[in-house]
Amino acid sequence: MSLALIAALPFLGALLPGLLIRSGRNTCASVTFATTGLAFIGLMLHAPAVIGAGGVVTEGYEWLPQLGLNVNFMLDGLGFLFATMILGIGLLIILYARFYLSKTDPMGNFYTYLLLFQGAMVGIVLSDNILLLLIFWELTSLSSFLLIGYWKHLPEGRQGARMALTVTGMGGLAMIGGMLILGQIAGSYDLHVILEQKDLIQSSEYYLPALLLILLGAFTKSAQFPFHFWLPHAMAAPTPVSAYLHSATMVKAGLFLMARLWPVLSGTPEWFWIVGGAGLITMVLGAVIALFKDDLKALLAFSTVSHLGLITLLLGLGTEYAAAAAVFHIINHATFKAALFMTAGIVDHEAHTRNIRLLGGLRKLMPVTFTIGTIAALSMAGIPFFNGFLSKEMMLEATHDAGTWFGVVATIGAIFSVAYSFRFIFHTFMGKVRDDYPHHPHDPGFGLWISPAVLCVLVLAIGLFPDQTVGHFVDTVASAVTGTDVHVHLALWHGVTPALIMSGIAVAVGIVLLSFQRGLAPLWDRAPRPEAKAIFDAVVNNAAKGAISLTDALHDGAISRYLGILTAVIVAYAGWAFWGGEFTPGTRAMLPVGPVELVFFAILMVAVAGVTLLHRMRFLSLIVISICGLVVSMTFVQFSAPDLALTQLTVEVVTVILLLLALNYLPKETPVESRPARRVRDGVIALAAGGGVGALAFAILTRDMSLPTISDYHVANSYTGGGGNNVVNVILVDFRGFDTMGEIAVLGIAGLVIYALVEVMLHGPASRRLQNWVPEMAQARDRHPLMMVVATRLALPIALTVGVYIFLRGHNEPGGGFIAGLVVAIALLMQYMASGFAWTQARQKVAYHGLISAGVLIAVFTGIASVILGWNFLTSTSDYVQIWPLDRIHLASAASFDLGVFLTVVGAVMLALASLSRIGVRAGEGINLTPMDVDPRAESQPKNPEET
Amino acid sequence: MEALVAIAIGAMTASGVYLMLRLRTFPVVLGLSMLTYAVNVFIFASGRLVAGAPPILGAAPTMTDPLPQALVLTAIVISFGMTALTVILALGSYLNAGTDQIDIERPGEQPDADN
Repeated sequence: MSLALIAALPFLGALLPGLLIRSGRNTCASVTFATTGLAFIGLMLHAPAVIGAGGVVTEGYEWLPQLGLNVNFMLDGLGFLFATMILGIGLLIILYARFYLSKTDPMGNFYTYLLLFQGAMVGIVLSDNILLLLIFWELTSLSSFLLIGYWKHLPEGRQGARMALTVTGMGGLAMIGGMLILGQIAGSYDLHVILEQKDLIQSSEYYLPALLLILLGAFTKSAQFPFHFWLPHAMAAPTPVSAYLHSATMVKAGLFLMARLWPVLSGTPEWFWIVGGAGLITMVLGAVIALFKDDLKALLAFSTVSHLGLITLLLGLGTEYAAAAAVFHIINHATFKAALFMTAGIVDHEAHTRNIRLLGGLRKLMPVTFTIGTIAALSMAGIPFFNGFLSKEMMLEATHDAGTWFGVVATIGAIFSVAYSFRFIFHTFMGKVRDDYPHHPHDPGFGLWISPAVLCVLVLAIGLFPDQTVGHFVDTVASAVTGTDVHVHLALWHGVTPALIMSGIAVAVGIVLLSFQRGLAPLWDRAPRPEAKAIFDAVVNNAAKGAISLTDALHDGAISRYLGILTAVIVAYAGWAFWGGEFTPGTRAMLPVGPVELVFFAILMVAVAGVTLLHRMRFLSLIVISICGLVVSMTFVQFSAPDLALTQLTVEVVTVILLLLALNYLPKETPVESRPARRVRDGVIALAAGGGVGALAFAILTRDMSLPTISDYHVANSYTGGGGNNVVNVILVDFRGFDTMGEIAVLGIAGLVIYALVEVMLHGPASRRLQNWVPEMAQARDRHPLMMVVATRLALPIALTVGVYIFLRGHNEPGGGFIAGLVVAIALLMQYMASGFAWTQARQKVAYHGLISAGVLIAVFTGIASVILGWNFLTSTSDYVQIWPLDRIHLASAASFDLGVFLTVVGAVMLALASLSRIGVRAGEGINLTPMDVDPRAESQPKNPEET
Repeated sequence: MEALVAIAIGAMTASGVYLMLRLRTFPVVLGLSMLTYAVNVFIFASGRLVAGAPPILGAAPTMTDPLPQALVLTAIVISFGMTALTVILALGSYLNAGTDQIDIERPGEQPDADN
């Protein structure tokens, strides 16, 4: 089966349980099982090639080759081991969870989360590209968050999930940095390339930063000291999750990564001390804490921390033998720890408590569970004939070889490990049967105990016949980890070695230590020590407080303050840039100033000053500001921009109408609120900004262009390529048609947003305020005067004709879709103004929304048509056509695009203004059904226009 | 002539910035419009000032730079959309909140004496 498919199957399958939960819990569990099973079978099909022949299966697709990010997969021994654990133990967990979860737990969600997590894990171990690996790595953090917080109603579950996400997520961020550095050093992000660059990487000056960052990711994920604290809090998850995440998958991801990069990162003193040291500390610390935990799952959680430390230590030692031991212990730990978690889950499920102090004597009540739990716990303790013994022996031997002190500390860890393992057996199952269990326990059904039982069979099989069962497998995986051929002889009996003696000491002292556990526990509880959760919470709270106070200080809700600061900063930067450079005056010849220009300049200056000084009188300032708009259009006329002048003029009209409509419902005057000092301050900011922009404009205007303009290309190809003489229009609809398409889309969206906002306004408090609205100013008695109605009716066909004319000639002379759209919109607006909203709206056949979408669609289809014809998107062509009775005209296919522009502009402008008019109706304006208030045909007195 | 245009751009910018720093919505909308004029003319002027040379093939012996004009043409239309949206927002907040002040005071906070 394709590797990509194996990685994708869980993700695809994740859709099923969520959807199929309505068909029942069995269906839900079955499809999950089938999905995982299929992936598992697909994986096993590669076994002969990968394990049998020791080969590597690769597969790759390009994704973003420019970034070095490719979907490359690789399956070697190491990947095969992890994928087998993830999918194999996954199958057992799926079965177990079916019977573990209660009827009230949403099982569909559970299996969906589980499959997402599974897919992410499989992705990590099959990735050949470290960027791809990072993506899957982050996905495991996210999906494990969902799993750990599965019981959303429990605060511990939510807190545990948050803590796990924070710690592993931050580690993941560090790892991204490390991986990027590693890829830069190696010159490739593909693992198989990186793995061959040991000398290059270790001699690089960036080796240490890369190592530290990558180890941050691995240590947080694998709960190594000092990041071990999140793992016990993740125990608030349902037991199947704990069994899965903390035996075979999530916490093993960090180990996987260290094993994967072992060939290029290990062997240096830095690696030895950091990885070996963290592993050793974690191993002993976890074992000691585990002995004093009364919660079965907490005991197992700290034991997991300890065993992860053990494996990290082995990887840190940097010898081939230790790496092989690490591989072997990964297998063994996964088998016995998953079984133990499931046992703890069964006890919890049946006795309704996991507190060791409330348990004891379950041996007689739950014989099956007792057998399973004991086999697994003896393996954890490292007792002969169980698989844990073999790898622990190898660990002791490896530490013994590494140095006396390593050996001594490792033995201490082993002592505690024996003690807590026996405590798990003795204090839970042995002793007298009690009569005060929260719930009377008995063995569960087959469905719950079969999964751990299968694992126990593995524990025994590997423990008794290690070389026959997994000998070759361990050799293959260890060879894949180290990159050299490794042959380890796995056997129960190696003779009386130092490791055997250390092991014997550990068992003997461990059992003695356990007998003192009850006495030591109160001392342990009273001993002062840092409480990880309290520290974590304090750090998080202080970070949140700091963020809030920083945000509040910068962002106090006063928009005028932000704008002021923003402007001042920009001006300051510009000033700094100016005084940092060398200034020479411009040399471009200036145009002479004629009297007309001077007059217009004076008008503009007066208008600008007027608006600024009289802005409190809103109507007046609105009229005055439109003078500025007119002078701007005159500027465009003067300086050879007829298209711009037309556009500015028409937009000016529409804008003023819009502002007038809005002002009708706003206060008509602005009160004096700011102190004179503040106004002076704002004035200084404004003058600085204006002076700066003006000076910049002058500097540009008095210089020639320093680079050749790209316009030469546009001018040269306007007719031959775009089929038009009006270069501006050809640029809009042809050369930069893509831009224009985006712009009309934005305009259309603005129209629709305005419509939606008004829709919201017509409900809620705004609507009530409108209904009680009283006009502040006297209203005209004759709102729809005869003269205006007649004039606009006459003007309508003329204006429409002008619009069509401007549209058609736009490609060759000033005009085009934008201007034509505005002209037509104004013509239609005049009808609204003359005869009122209701009358006009009743005669409007096409919804403006429809115009907008038609316009955008026409523009898009014009582009697609070019693609269908085999050209690039929006390529245009032109030809002379003759449509009777018209003259022969030069028509470009871009005209169809321009039609889209035209329709969108009409639709958006009309929708914006018509929406505003709807407010008026809500505010109690008269709804007129006749075109005029006064009907000239009626001889009698005028009727009341407010009739409805 | 260039000096006059530069002064006009500067004046409109200053007026626009000043109005945008006011404390009610309507002056801010006016300021936005004013700033729009300034920016549009500024971009247009980056094509340099040329009289009597419209960017139409065959209309005059020389031709001004058409590209800034194309940019400004769409900018004018888009800025209408933006002004319209701002006005509706201003209107909506006034009708919903009963005030057209723009600086929000947090609940329980004293109004800033400087405002």
